[in-house]
Amino acid sequence: MVRLRPIVFIAVLLVAWQVAVSRHAGYILPGPWGVVGGIADLVRHGFLFKYVVASLFRVTWGFSLAALLAIPLGLTIGWYRRGQMALNPMVQVFRPISPLAWIPLAILWFGVGDASAIFLIFLGCFFPLLLTSINAVRNIPSVYINAGRNFGLRPAALVYRVLYPAVMPQLLVGLRITLGVAWLVVVAAEMIAVDSGLGFLIVDARNAGNRYDLVVAGMVIIGLIGLLLDTAMHSLEKVRSFRWAYSED
Amino acid sequence: MAVSETVSALPAVGTKLQVENLNIVFTRDGKTTPVLQGINLDVSGGEFVCVVGPSGCGKSTLLNVLGGFLSPTSGAVKIDGEVVRGPDPRRVFVFQERGVFPWLTVEGNIGFGLFKLPAAERKQRIAHYIKMVGLQGFEEAYPAELSGGMKQRLEVARALAVNPDMLYLDEPFGALDSITRHIMRGELLRIWEAERKTIVFVTHDIDEAVQMADRVVVLSARPAVVQQIVSIDIPHPRDISSPRYLALRDGILQQIGLAHKI
Repeated sequence: MVRLRPIVFIAVLLVAWQVAVSRHAGYILPGPWGVVGGIADLVRHGFLFKYVVASLFRVTWGFSLAALLAIPLGLTIGWYRRGQMALNPMVQVFRPISPLAWIPLAILWFGVGDASAIFLIFLGCFFPLLLTSINAVRNIPSVYINAGRNFGLRPAALVYRVLYPAVMPQLLVGLRITLGVAWLVVVAAEMIAVDSGLGFLIVDARNAGNRYDLVVAGMVIIGLIGLLLDTAMHSLEKVRSFRWAYSED
Repeated sequence: MAVSETVSALPAVGTKLQVENLNIVFTRDGKTTPVLQGINLDVSGGEFVCVVGPSGCGKSTLLNVLGGFLSPTSGAVKIDGEVVRGPDPRRVFVFQERGVFPWLTVEGNIGFGLFKLPAAERKQRIAHYIKMVGLQGFEEAYPAELSGGMKQRLEVARALAVNPDMLYLDEPFGALDSITRHIMRGELLRIWEAERKTIVFVTHDIDEAVQMADRVVVLSARPAVVQQIVSIDIPHPRDISSPRYLALRDGILQQIGLAHKI
């Protein structure tokens, strides 16, 4: 029963939405039925699958590249305190710049296309991941490092057997939040820098004939996929050997 | 022939650990703080030595130098005549904060230092020490599922599993409740009597020191010097209400400058 509550609540909201739209005189929003029709249209013409794949493709690349670069770099910086002090001001200046501010430069450097969008997602993910990794290393209790050294681990083994498991829980939280950021950025990037994907769908539906049912359909799909991505990342946090940080006594 | 046999059957005798004129000075923000001053100490093989002293006097610092985690400002620490230059699996540190790895199970923790052993031997060694510290049935448990006393036993088992010559224990029972602490002292003595490791045990609890140690090293307030070394000449198991025990304990309390009335 308790598990049904959110579903019931959503159903009530949808009904309210439908009622409100049908009673309102002017057109300010499509109703839920209109949106369902829009999604059906997208499926029928094969756009839904194609656009979802296009958006996920860019997110995967941008996010993975950022993770591959930012995590090792951040772990290294966090390990060596001096490097951290030297780089910190630069990171702090870049971090508050919205990845969207980079759109003109991205188009100048990479043209209109996938590379631009991937670059923007990369930027949106890189700095948060870098900071998460730096902090994750610095938060490792020194007792774990000392214990690892005490048992005679060589530096490579120390990284693999102590550093990596010790930072994992914090990194997973960072990765999960950042994947959410990537999904936000891809929509914005696709509105300007490419001609496919869910962001493009929203802009295109408006420009090519004010199809607001398709606009809202795009928004709904973005929301649902975002939820799926977050759920997938969250399930990683439940792995037993990662879970210790969440169940500390 | 007979003589040499007897000798080899005995635990290692002679000096195991030598601390020679050890000085430690911490420098922070341009300010220097002397922590340890001219510490001299010899510990024999198989001996159980407790280090006590007022809070913040540098007991843990001393143990960190012995463990090789901290370099002396001057002076030297020698083990078997060799200068200590870093941590070494032959002498394992049991940490004040819980040092077991929370991402490994009980088995994983005990096996942590055994990576050089073949799998079969490793497994056997793990099983042996799980039994020794009474953690049977918890092989697959993670530290978060264990009580404080079990975690501390696990850490002792992890240290013993690599078969070190020496154990350094830094207030290992400080975070435990008094009943568990009492039991743990007995367990550690039992293990020490079975394995005869050389033990240096830092504690702020004078009773604990007098109950366990062969000798108690009393440090002064910072900068710490060795104020006195007290030999505890009571055989185990010790009667903690015997006049000799009380006399030794009160002597140390007086040495530290504490009255024995509250």
